[in-house]
Amino acid sequence: MRLSSIPVSAWIGILGIALALFCAIFAPLIAPYSESQIVGSVWEPMGGQYLLGTDNLGRDLFSRLIFGARTTIFVALAATVLSFSLGMLLSFIAAVTGGFIDQIFSRFNDLMMAIPTLIFALVVLAVLPQQLWILILVMAILDSTRVYRIGRAVALDVAVMEFVEAARLRGEGTGWIIFKEILPNTLSPLLAEFGLRFAFSILFLSTLSFLGLGIQPPAADWGGMVKDNKDGIIFGISAALIPGGAIAALAICVNLVVDWLMKRTSSLKGGRGDA
Amino acid sequence: MSGGGPAHGPELTATAAAGDSPQSAGAAGSVASSGTPFVEARPSIWAKFAKSSPLAALITQRLALSVALLFAVSLMIFGGVEALPGDFATTYLGQSATPQAVENIRKELGLDQSATTRYFQWLGGALQGDFGTSWASRNSVSEQIGKRLGNSLFLAFFAAIISVPLAVGLGMLAVQYRNRLPDKIINVVSLAAISLPEFFVGYLLILFFAVQMGVATFPATVYESMTFGQRLSAIALPTATLVLVVLAHMMRMTRAAILNVMSSAYVETAELKGLSSLRIIAKHAAPNAVAPVINVIALNLAYLVVGVVVVEVVFVYPGMGQYMVDAVTVRDMPVVQACGLIFAAFYIFLNMFADILAIIANPRLRHPR
Amino acid sequence: MPDLLSVRNLKIEATSYPPGEAPRTVTLVEGVNFDVQKGKVLGLIGESGAGKSTIGLTALAYGRGGVRITGGEVKLNGEDLLRLSPSGIRKVRGAKVCYVAQSAAAAFNPAHRLGEQVIEASLKHGIMSRAEAEKRALYLFKVLGLPNPETFGQRYPHQVSGGQLQRAMTAMALCPNPELIVFDEPTTALDVTTQIDVLAAIKHAIEETNTAALYITHDLAVVAQITDDILVLRHGKMVEYGSVKDIIEAPKEEYTRALVNVRGTARDEAPDQTNTLLKVENITAGYSNGFKVLQNVSLHLPKGQTLAVVGESGSGKSTLARVITGLLPPQDGTISFDGTVLPKALKGRTNDQLRRIQMIYQMADTAMNPRQTVRDIIGRPLTFYYGLRGAKKTERVKELLEQIEMGGRFADRYPAELSGGQKQRVAIARALAAQPELILCDEPTSALDPLVAEGILKLLLKLQDETHVSYMFITHDIAIVRAIADSVAVMHRGKLVRFGPKSKVLAPPFDDYTDLLLKSVPEMEIGWLEKVLSTRRMESAGN
Repeated sequence: MRLSSIPVSAWIGILGIALALFCAIFAPLIAPYSESQIVGSVWEPMGGQYLLGTDNLGRDLFSRLIFGARTTIFVALAATVLSFSLGMLLSFIAAVTGGFIDQIFSRFNDLMMAIPTLIFALVVLAVLPQQLWILILVMAILDSTRVYRIGRAVALDVAVMEFVEAARLRGEGTGWIIFKEILPNTLSPLLAEFGLRFAFSILFLSTLSFLGLGIQPPAADWGGMVKDNKDGIIFGISAALIPGGAIAALAICVNLVVDWLMKRTSSLKGGRGDA
Repeated sequence: MSGGGPAHGPELTATAAAGDSPQSAGAAGSVASSGTPFVEARPSIWAKFAKSSPLAALITQRLALSVALLFAVSLMIFGGVEALPGDFATTYLGQSATPQAVENIRKELGLDQSATTRYFQWLGGALQGDFGTSWASRNSVSEQIGKRLGNSLFLAFFAAIISVPLAVGLGMLAVQYRNRLPDKIINVVSLAAISLPEFFVGYLLILFFAVQMGVATFPATVYESMTFGQRLSAIALPTATLVLVVLAHMMRMTRAAILNVMSSAYVETAELKGLSSLRIIAKHAAPNAVAPVINVIALNLAYLVVGVVVVEVVFVYPGMGQYMVDAVTVRDMPVVQACGLIFAAFYIFLNMFADILAIIANPRLRHPR
Repeated sequence: MPDLLSVRNLKIEATSYPPGEAPRTVTLVEGVNFDVQKGKVLGLIGESGAGKSTIGLTALAYGRGGVRITGGEVKLNGEDLLRLSPSGIRKVRGAKVCYVAQSAAAAFNPAHRLGEQVIEASLKHGIMSRAEAEKRALYLFKVLGLPNPETFGQRYPHQVSGGQLQRAMTAMALCPNPELIVFDEPTTALDVTTQIDVLAAIKHAIEETNTAALYITHDLAVVAQITDDILVLRHGKMVEYGSVKDIIEAPKEEYTRALVNVRGTARDEAPDQTNTLLKVENITAGYSNGFKVLQNVSLHLPKGQTLAVVGESGSGKSTLARVITGLLPPQDGTISFDGTVLPKALKGRTNDQLRRIQMIYQMADTAMNPRQTVRDIIGRPLTFYYGLRGAKKTERVKELLEQIEMGGRFADRYPAELSGGQKQRVAIARALAAQPELILCDEPTSALDPLVAEGILKLLLKLQDETHVSYMFITHDIAIVRAIADSVAVMHRGKLVRFGPKSKVLAPPFDDYTDLLLKSVPEMEIGWLEKVLSTRRMESAGN
C-alpha cells in the first residue's frame, strides 16, 4: 500500500485522530491549567486569558478539553478492545466448532441484541455501583454482541472456503485453522469494524456521561462537560457546544478512516462473478 | 442509543441492507431452511402446514419468536436486576439506616418474598398494564407511563413522517446520481451526520433557533391544556433533532438497498429490452426494492423510539425517555424495569414487523412451487 | 445479399480500478470485424477474457459495468448503432436485437410471472397487441418444448427448472420477432443431458423463425452444431474467421488447431486391475434430515491407476469424495485403504492415514489461502507430515515446483499473482508434497480454459508415471474420461449405475442412463446434433 493511494478524506481522519491521541497522551504537558482547578469566574468568554473561556464552575475549558480527551479516548478504547477481544473470540469459536456451541452462543447473542443497547445500559447501570471499570465492562459486553454478529458472519464466510477444508483434511488443529487460515483473511474487514465500534464507543460513552451515568465528576470527559455546561445555552453561552463539537469531530475522523478501509476491503474482495 | 446511531450499528457494512435486526438472522435462517427441498421423515401437522402455506407458517413462526423473545427479555430485565449486587433497601435509605428500618422497608417493597414469586407478580401485573408503584414518588408507574408514552410517541411519529419520505427521496437521488457530485456530497454529509451525538445537534439547534433567532421554544414542555398547534410548536426542535440524527442512517441504507437491486441481472435484462428508465424503475426495480427499503425504515423507526431518550433529556420533554433516565439516577427500580420492558417491546415488535414485511414481499414464499 | 449486422474496427475499453493505485484504461477489444447475414448464425468463440460477451453486447450498443465502446462502427441494416441517440437505441433493444443471458435464473425478475416478462418487450415497443403476443408466446413455448405450454406463462421464475428458464429466456428473445438474437453462453450453466435439449430447442426455434443470431460460447463442439460461421477470438483480437466447415475441418491458425484438437487424446487402460488400493463397500450417506445423497455405492481402485467417476450435478459424485476423506461420515458401509478399514470420521483418522489421501479441488482460487505464498502453501504439508524446516524444506519446495513444471522462482508469489492453470498446478504440488498414494481430483479442470485444462491433464498423467499415485477423478466430461481413466464409475441420483474397466463401461450394450449421457456430449463434428436427434426419434418411434 502506498501513502499516495490514501484519499484526502482519510488523511483528514488520520490527522484528527493523531491530534486527539497527542492531546490525550501529553495532556499534563499541554494543558495550561489542571483538570479541576478553579481559575476564574463562571462562564468567562472565549479568548483573552482563557483560550476557550471557563466552564460552569470557573475552570479553564481548554485544559478540561485536553484532559477530557484523555478520559474519553482511554475509556472508549478500553471498552472497544475488550468488546472486540470478547466478541471475536466467541464468534470464531462458534464459527469453527459449529453445532451445539454455535447455537447456544448465537441464540444468547440474539437475546442480548433484542434489547436496545442504551436501554440495556440504563437498566444495568441503575443497579451497579458507579465505578470506572464497571462502566468499561458494561460498555464492552453490550458492544461485543455486535462484534460477535459480524465476526461470526465473516469467519463463516472464510470457514466454508476450500482452503480451510484442505487444512482440516491435512489434520490441522482448531488453533491453526483459526489463527493461520481464517484470521489473516478476515483482518481488513475486522479492522474497519474495529474503527466503527470505536466511533460507536466514543458516542456511547459521551451519551452515558451526558445522562449522568458515565464518568463521574470531577474527572473531565467530553460528554460530562456538555452536561455541566448545558444550562448556559439558554443564556447564549456556547460552552457546552465545544466539548460536543470535539466528540463529533473525533467521531467524524474515525468514520472517515473507516469509510476508506471499507472501500478498500470491498475492492480487495473482487468479484467471483455470478454463475 | 448514543448519537452514533442505532444499536444495529454497522450499517456501513456491505450486509447492512439485508436487514440488521437481531431477529432477521433467525428469520433468514428459517427462510433458508424452508427453502431446502428436504422434508422431515415423519411429517407432523406443523410440517404439513409449513408445506401447504409456507408464508403463513413463517409469519406464525416469526410472531412466536417475538413473543418468546419478549418473554426472555422480561426475564433478563428482572433477573438481571436481581442477580446484580447491591441491596436496594440500603440504597434507598442511605448507608446510615438502622437494620430495623432496612427490614421494614424491605417488607414494604416486597423484597422479603422469593424472587420467583416477585417475578410472576411483576410479569402478571405488567401484562395487565400494572407496573407497580414507584419507590421514589410512591405514585403508580402505569399512570405516569400512560401520560408520557403518548408524548414520546407523538414526538417519534412526527420525526418519522418527516424523515422517512426525506430519507427515501434522498437515497433515490443518490442512486440516480451515483458516483457523481450530488451522490458524493450526500455521502460526505451523511457520514458526518451519523457521527454527531444527538445532544450536540440538539443544543446547536437550541442555541441557533431558540436563543439567537427566537423562533422556537425551549424547553419543549408540553402539558395537557395545550392546543394541538402549541404542542406542534413545542416539539419543533426535538423533532428536527431526531430527524437529522435518523435521516443519515436511513438514507445511506436506502441507497445501498436500491443500488443492490439496480445492479442485478434482471434490471440489465429490462434495459436490454429497450424499456424506458421510468418503466425499469417502476416495474422492475421497485417491486424488488420495496421490501429491503421497508426493512430499512422499520429498523430505523425501532431506533427512533429509543433515540427519543437523549432528545427528551436535552429538551426537557416529558416523555418516557426522561422518565427512565430520572429513575435510573435515583435507582427507582420499578420504573426502570417498566420503561426498559416497554422500550424493548417496541424495538422487538418493529423488528418483527420489518421481518414479516420482508417475508411477505418475497415472491418465492408468496408463490410456492 | 446485404449484411444484417456489420461490425468494423471495433474498439472497446474499460477503466479498471486496481486497489491502491490510480485508475487506468484497459483495451478489451481491438480491430474486430465481422458480418451476420439475415437468418444466419455466427459463433463467437474464445477462452475467458477473450472479449466475446463484450463484443456480443455491442450488437445492442450496451457496455456492461463501465465498459465503453470507443471506436469502430456497428451497423444494423446499414444504420450505425453507436451514433444513435439513447431513445434510438431503446427502439433497437428488445425489438430488433434481443439478448439471452448465461444465467436465466438471475436474468428473470423474481417478482413477475414468466409470461408477462416474455411478452413485455413486444407490447412496449408496440410490435403486437397483447392477444397476439400471448399467442406468439404460446407458440414459442411449444416450439421450445416447454412442459404445459398453456400454463407455463403463469409461473414464476423460481417455480421452474434451470433448463426450462433458459428456454423461456429464448422465447422472451424470440417473441418480438427480432432480426438478431445474441446468445451469451446459454447452455454453459446446464448439465450435459439438459444442454442437448436446450441446444436442440434453440436451433429449432432459430430455424423455424428464420432469425439471425450471434452465439457466444467457449465450447467449439457446441458452436459447430448451431452456427454457419465462426469467429475465433483471443485476448480481444480476431484469430480466425470463416465458415464452420473451414474452422473445424481445416483450421489455419495454430491456436484454432489446438482448440479443435483439444479433445483428441485418449489412453489405453492398464491391463491389470487387481492390486486394490481403495475399496468402497455399500456406502450410504446423507444429511441429518434423512435425505440420502449416496445409496449403497461400492467400487474399488487399483494401485497406480485412475478411476473416473462420471455424473451430472446432483449425482452424488462429489459427496462420494467427501465420504472417502471423512468429511461426511457415511451412515452405512465401509471404506478400506490398502487393506485396512478407515475410521468413518475425519477426527478418528491418524495423520498418516490423512497423509496418504490428498485432494485437489475444482476452484484452485478458493482452495489456497490467499494470504500465504506458494512456499507456505506447498511447504506446510512438508512440515506437518515430515517435519521439514529451513534449507531442507526450501530445497524440497523447489523440487516440487520443478515437478509441476513451474520452477523455484514462483516460491515467493501469492496465489493472486498466478494464472488459473498455475494455481491448479500449485494445488497439485501441495497434494504431492504429502507423498500420497491416492489423490482425489474433484473436477480439477472444469473451471479452466480448454488448452490450459489439457496441460493439467498431461501433468497429472506424467506425475502418475513418475510416482505411481492413484487418482479418483471426478468429472462430468466424457472426453476427460477417455483421456485418462483406467476404470470408470457412472453415477446417477446417488446410485452407481455402471462400474468397470473403461473399455467395458464405454462400450455397448449400455444401460439407459449411460447411453443418454454418452450421446449428450457434443462432438467436434458438423451435423452431430441432427444425427443424435434423429437416432432418438427413431428409437422413440421404435418403442
